[in-house]
Amino acid sequence: MYIRDDRFMRRPGASGAPANILLVEDNPDHAELIVRGFEDHPIPNRIRHVSDGEAALDYLFRRGAWADPESSPTPGLVLLDLRLPKIDGLEVLRRVRDSKDHDHLPVVILSTSRAEGDVRRAYEHQSNSYLVKPLDFASFTAMINDVGYYWLSWNHYPGRNLGLTGRDAGQRT
Amino acid sequence: MNDAPNRPTSVQGSPLTILFVEDNPDHAELVMRNLEDHRVANSIHHVSDGETALDYLFRRGKWTNPEKSPRPHLILLDLRLPRIDGLEVLARIREDQSLARIPVVILTTSKAELDVGRAYESYVNSYIVKPLDFEKFNSLMEDLGFYWLGWNHYPWSV
Repeated sequence: MYIRDDRFMRRPGASGAPANILLVEDNPDHAELIVRGFEDHPIPNRIRHVSDGEAALDYLFRRGAWADPESSPTPGLVLLDLRLPKIDGLEVLRRVRDSKDHDHLPVVILSTSRAEGDVRRAYEHQSNSYLVKPLDFASFTAMINDVGYYWLSWNHYPGRNLGLTGRDAGQRT
Repeated sequence: MNDAPNRPTSVQGSPLTILFVEDNPDHAELVMRNLEDHRVANSIHHVSDGETALDYLFRRGKWTNPEKSPRPHLILLDLRLPRIDGLEVLARIREDQSLARIPVVILTTSKAELDVGRAYESYVNSYIVKPLDFEKFNSLMEDLGFYWLGWNHYPWSV
């Protein structure tokens, strides 16, 4: 039997506030492109960036610099690189899925690797989706735009009811 | 429709096989028409109830021949289905070793927290509520197509 869990209702976004995104990316150029893409996106959002796997877990589990919940709102979307300093992306994903608070968090892998083994392992660890970073700027920008529309305006996850549906939330660019 | 030069038809290059489970004929037609508009020759297999979906996936009955039931890259799954409902279909997919990794997107009219929660308990990849408005429905299908048929990578290429 399914037991309703109160934490579903506590997730940010339920009040119609901008979606929170956590970006875990160690390459500063990629990070800048992605952050700018979301800051310019028509769907209201707030993106926070950390550069290694340990900081990602500190953010999600509110440790160290992220102990204050105000500074670390639970994201509605995590964009996670695979090759990361300190703790790699798959391990971050595994700990997220093993946790009681974040096991349902939408996590999209954003990697330069198109190796079948990496894709397979990501899905085995219940990543929601696997994206490969395009090499050219225009495609990269188009992808971030589409990622924003899909996950921020259409996807529902437990506790989230943004009251935004698709293009209502902004004009397509 | 998909004429944007910077968007791939499919980043993995080959056409995708999609299993589409939907009992409402109007919704089914709309979705099929939208997905078929994408440039790549994707192969969409539409079935109208949960039992048939499982027959396809487990290659039973009329789907015994693997050539007629290629393993899908992506499953689009309605929730309220005759015979076996969508959540049960999802649970059976996740229990089976050879099917567990297939990305499943729920496409439903239900926005009930209970349904959303249960779908995520079974590790659904994404949960989409079908808009009632025709224009919005088309926007959704376009965004969904760009995302899952264009950008997403799948655990196997063929």
